[in-house]
Amino acid sequence: MPLPYYVSPEQMMKDKAEYARKGIARGRSIVALEYGDGILLVAENPSTLLHKVSEIYDRIAFAGVGKYNEFENLRIAGIRHADVKGYSYSRGDVTAKALANAYSQALGNIFTQDIKPFEVEILVAEVGDTNGAKNEIYHILYDGTIEDERNYAAMGGQADEIRRFLKDHYQEAMALDQAVQLGVRALNVTQNKSLSERDLEVAVLDRAKTRRKFRRILAEPLALLMGTAT
Amino acid sequence: MKIEGGSSFLELLQRDSPHLLPNLAVEGEVAASVPHGTTVLAMRYREGVIMAGDRQATAGFQVASRRMEKIFKSDDLSGIGIAGAAGPAMEMAKLFQTELEHYEKVEGDNLSLDGKANKLSQMVRMNLGAALQGLAVVPIFAGFDDKTNVGRLFKYDITGGRYEESDYDAQGSGSKDARDSLKKLWRRDMTRDEAVRVALEALIDAADEDVGTGGPDFVRGIFPTVKTITRSGFGDVPEEDVRRVCEQILNERMQSEQRS
Repeated sequence: MPLPYYVSPEQMMKDKAEYARKGIARGRSIVALEYGDGILLVAENPSTLLHKVSEIYDRIAFAGVGKYNEFENLRIAGIRHADVKGYSYSRGDVTAKALANAYSQALGNIFTQDIKPFEVEILVAEVGDTNGAKNEIYHILYDGTIEDERNYAAMGGQADEIRRFLKDHYQEAMALDQAVQLGVRALNVTQNKSLSERDLEVAVLDRAKTRRKFRRILAEPLALLMGTAT
Repeated sequence: MKIEGGSSFLELLQRDSPHLLPNLAVEGEVAASVPHGTTVLAMRYREGVIMAGDRQATAGFQVASRRMEKIFKSDDLSGIGIAGAAGPAMEMAKLFQTELEHYEKVEGDNLSLDGKANKLSQMVRMNLGAALQGLAVVPIFAGFDDKTNVGRLFKYDITGGRYEESDYDAQGSGSKDARDSLKKLWRRDMTRDEAVRVALEALIDAADEDVGTGGPDFVRGIFPTVKTITRSGFGDVPEEDVRRVCEQILNERMQSEQRS
């Protein structure tokens, strides 16, 4: 009986991580920004039908980069988790923290147990209500690593560069149009052309909305916010 | 090949968490001791549909609650009014609302109005066993159809049978009286104010004739709920307006009573 080749666990993890990172690096980037009235998500995504940013629950949004079918699976699993929890307890008991932990467990298990890791990074964002509760942004990597981010977050192809740009330019309590313009400029850092409203998918968790805070910003209003409307 | 998943919350519960589904396998007759919601109605008007309901829940000969809400928003363009056993009815409204939102989030698109009405009919049918033991739930479903740009309404029977009504309908213990009233007062193409008035007249008539139905309560400040569903969404008719119209109706009735 031929013996399988021995591969050290270190090597195996390294190979898997490299594989996942390569897949993610090919993807386009997403930034999340806290602004005065909530959380803004800006994704480079020319498709208006296949979303990278979507609603999970009343105050919770999801964003994914990497392989579409993989983060789409995670998105639907998240909606199921949230809806079942909200149905059996109460709507207020559905939190981004519990969801982010569930994602982290799932991705961690897939990374260690499956031959092929998921080539995705995801963000789970929750907007605080008006009673001074803080916004929460969780960033979860392909191996289940979870970080909580403050003020801004970036993921995808050249996330480091974008993060450096945001570190220098981010301000607290921006108005929505300022935040949109900053987000677009941050994505432009890694481009050799400048992105128009047709290349972007933008959504906000708007604290001022009642109950379901998630709102997409479509191309026309987006152009107004970007200041590029003609 | 079977494609995994699906976008139905109800099917998700049936598959993964059947313990969360309402399952009322009761023995014997419990109906008399369980609170029942009484009168809800829906009718078309110029801009869409209007839904209204009294606020009383009745258990046998007792008032179980004076402030029960019977009209629920099921999504931006539709609402559900519940009559029958209050507990299962509220559970059904919540399940239905979650179902529509779940579908919308998973698919990124809304169900058609017919799709929503059909889904509700499956939920009513699920309750048939309990209905036969006296815990019937019979909702009214109304919404604005954004494909044909009209308001539409549906009524149900306990077996899940679904009947579209073109003008108006009422459900619950006072429904016959409310329907009689609507039959005389309802006209095509009413304005919002006219429709609110007709809805409240019908509910006051139902409260007058049916012991289970609660009328406007000026002592405690409890008034029927009235909701509108139009192109621009599901909206409340503010309580002050409802109060004012109720006062007007009762004053007019008092005057005509004194004249005679």
